[in-house]
Amino acid sequence: MNTWLIIAVDGVAFASWLFLISVGMTLIYGVLRILNVAHGSLYALGAYTGASLIIAYFRHDLWPYGSYLVLFGAALLVGVIAGPLIERGLLRWVYDRDPAVQLLVTYALFLILEDAIKLGWGADPYYAYKPYQLLGQVQLGGIAYPRYSFLLLGIAVAAGGALWLFINRTRFGKLIVAVIEDPEISTAMGVNVPRVYVITFTLGAVLAALGGAFTAPMISVAPGIAVEVIVLAFAVVVIGGLGSLEGAALGALIVGIVRAAAVHHIPDLELFAIYLVMAAVLLVRPQGLFAREERRRI
Amino acid sequence: MRKSHIVVRSRGIFAGMLIGAIILSLLAACAPPVTVPEAGMGETPAAAPAAPTAGAPSQVKIGIVTFLSGPGSPFGIPSKNAADVIVEALNAGQAPAPYDQAGIGGVPIQLVYVDESGGPDKQVAEYRRLVLDEKVDLVLGYVSSASCLAVAPVAEELQKLTVFYTCATRRIFEEASYKYVFRTKGTDLVYNVGAARYLLKVKPDLQTIAGMNQNYAWGQDSWTAFRDTVLQLKPDVQVVSEQFPKLFAGEYSAEISALLVARPDAIHSSFWGSDLEAFLIQATPRRLFDQSIGVFIIGEAMLPSLGEDVPPGLIIGAEGTHGALAPDNELNRWFTRIYRERYDARPIHPAYHMALTLFGVKAAYEKAIAENGGKWPTQDQVIAAFEHLEFDSPSGVIQMALANGHQAIEPMAFGITGEFDPAAGEVKLTDRMVFPAECVNPPEGMKGEEWIAQGFPGAKCP
Repeated sequence: MNTWLIIAVDGVAFASWLFLISVGMTLIYGVLRILNVAHGSLYALGAYTGASLIIAYFRHDLWPYGSYLVLFGAALLVGVIAGPLIERGLLRWVYDRDPAVQLLVTYALFLILEDAIKLGWGADPYYAYKPYQLLGQVQLGGIAYPRYSFLLLGIAVAAGGALWLFINRTRFGKLIVAVIEDPEISTAMGVNVPRVYVITFTLGAVLAALGGAFTAPMISVAPGIAVEVIVLAFAVVVIGGLGSLEGAALGALIVGIVRAAAVHHIPDLELFAIYLVMAAVLLVRPQGLFAREERRRI
Repeated sequence: MRKSHIVVRSRGIFAGMLIGAIILSLLAACAPPVTVPEAGMGETPAAAPAAPTAGAPSQVKIGIVTFLSGPGSPFGIPSKNAADVIVEALNAGQAPAPYDQAGIGGVPIQLVYVDESGGPDKQVAEYRRLVLDEKVDLVLGYVSSASCLAVAPVAEELQKLTVFYTCATRRIFEEASYKYVFRTKGTDLVYNVGAARYLLKVKPDLQTIAGMNQNYAWGQDSWTAFRDTVLQLKPDVQVVSEQFPKLFAGEYSAEISALLVARPDAIHSSFWGSDLEAFLIQATPRRLFDQSIGVFIIGEAMLPSLGEDVPPGLIIGAEGTHGALAPDNELNRWFTRIYRERYDARPIHPAYHMALTLFGVKAAYEKAIAENGGKWPTQDQVIAAFEHLEFDSPSGVIQMALANGHQAIEPMAFGITGEFDPAAGEVKLTDRMVFPAECVNPPEGMKGEEWIAQGFPGAKCP
C-alpha cells in the first residue's frame, strides 16, 4: 500500500510538470492549428531567463520567497516578447500552407533559437536551485519529498484552471472558440482574427516559458534542454488529443502514474512507458482521448 | 488542411524564405570550419627549434572534434579551451620539459575545429571532409562513443592517424584492431572496476547496491562492469534497484523515491553533464546521500559547478588521475596555471583528456623524428613510435599498453567529498586513493567481461 502512495505522489508530481510543459503546445494547436516545435525553445528561454534572474536576485539580500515572483516575471517577460514576435513575424505567413511546411518552419525556428540561446547564455550550465531548496521537505510514506513539487502541482492546477475559465467563461474566450470553429465566418462577423491569434500564441508562449522558469530550479540549465521537452510535450498532447486542454491534463496524469509505477516496479520499462501509453491510446482512439469528432478543440 | 485564410499573402515570400533557408544550409555545409588564429596560423612566432627538422612541413594541421554545442558542450568547451591554451604555449615553446621544443619538432601546430553535434553519420561526413578537403595531418577528438565507433573504420579506410580523446567504450579495441586509431585514455571498464574496488575499501561491510544510470550504452556498460566487479569481489552483496532513466531526462523525482525506498548501502551512477548536476540538486535535499553512499564514477566535473552544495561523503572519480584527482607534478601545475589565467576556472577532467592526446601526439612525433635521424617522419613512422609509447602528462605517466599499443592504460584515482574550501570554490576530496593501471586494466587480448568473470587474472592491486 505504501509503495502505491509513493507511486501516486511521484506520478502526480511528474504529471504536473508534464502538464505545465505541454499545455501551451495544445492551446496553440487548438487555435492556430500549428504544431509548434519551437515550443521547446520557448521553454528553454523561460528556463534560462528564470535562472539568470534568480541568480541575480539572490546576489542581493532580498526576501527569498520573492524568487517565485521573479520566476513568474521571467515567464511573462519571455512570453510577451517572444510570442508576438514569432506569431507576427513568422507564423502568420504560413497559416494556409501545408502542415508539413508549418512543421518545418517551427523546426527551423527551434534550431535558430537553440543557437541564439547559446550565443546569449553560452554553453556553461546555470544553477538556480535556491527556490527548490527553500521550501524544505515533507515526509510522505516514510520518505522525504520536496515541497517544491507541490508548488509545481499548485501552479499546474492554477494554470490549467485559469486557462479553462478564460476560454469558457470570458468574452475573449468565446471569440477564441468562434475562431476555432470557423476563422472566415468569425472575420465576417467582425472578429479581429489576427488579434485572437497573437494573444493565443502569446498565452501559449507564456505557458511554455512558465514551465521552463519553474523547472529551472530543479535542473542544471544547459544546452539541449529544449529537445527533451518537445518530445515529452508532443507525446502528452497526442495522448490527450491535439488541442484539448482536458486531454493534456489527463494525458499528463496517465503518463505520470504509469512512469512512476514503472520506475518502482519495472525500472527497465521506464524509458518505454510514455510511448507504451501513447501506442495503447492511439490504438483505441487514433485522435487521442479528448479530440472529439466535432470541430471544437478546446 | 485549413480553409484559405483571411489575410491574402503572396506565396512568393514563403518560397523565397524556403529557398533562402536551403541556400543558407548549403552554405553552412560547405563553410570552412572554425579555425583558431591564436593556435598556430603563424600568429605566434614559433621559437627556434633546438635542431631544425629536415624535410619538415610548414605546419602540423590537427583537426579537433568535440561538442561545441548541445548537452555535450559542458564537456566539449573545456576540452577546446585546453587545446587552445596548450597549443598556444607549445607553439611559443613555453611548455615545461619534456615538451619545451616549440610546436611539434619545431613545426607550429594549427588547429581546425569541428562540432561533434549531429550524430555519428554527420561525424563520418565531417571526418572525410577534414581528411580529404582540409588535408589535416591527424584528427583528435570525440566525446561520444557512438562517434568513435562510427569514425574508427573510416580512419582505417582513409589511412589517417586518429586519436580518440575521451570516448570511453571498450568495444572499440575489444571488437576490432586498428592501425591508424589510438586512444590515450582508459575505457569505461576501468572506471567502474576502480570504483567498485574503492567502494569495498572504504566500506568493507557492503551489503546492498543500486544503480542510477542513463539508458544507453555508456550507462548500461558502466553499471554492468561495476555490479559484476562488486559481486566478484564480495558475492554476498545484493542488488536492490537498477534505475535507467532516459539520457538528459533532467527530472528524477520518481527514481529518487525508488532509491529512497530501496535503501541501498551504495548507489552507483555514471551520470555526466547536466544530468549529473540535476540528479544531485534533486536528491540532496531529499537526504538520499544521508542513507546511501553515492558513487559517481565521473563526478569530478560537478565539483566546480556545484561548489558548496556538493554533499559530503560522496565517492568521486575523474576517469583516471585528472582534474581534482590529478597528481601534483610540474606539468599539472603548469597546465592548471595557464588554464586558470585564461579562463578563470580550473580544468575539469575532459580538459585533461585533451591534454593527454596533445602531449601523446607530440611525444610520438618527436620520438619518430629522433628515430628517423632528425628528419621529419612519415605517418607510418609516427604510428610505429606511438605504439607502446610511454609519455608524461599533467595526469602522470600514460602507457599505450593494450590493443597492440593503441589503447592507453591509466591508473584510477578516487576520493570522498569533504569540507568546502572557499579559496578553491569547491569541496575538498579526502581519502584520495590511486589504483595502479595494472590493477584496473585487463591483460592484453582479454575482454573486460571475461576478465571480471574469471576473477581479474593478472591484476596487481595494492
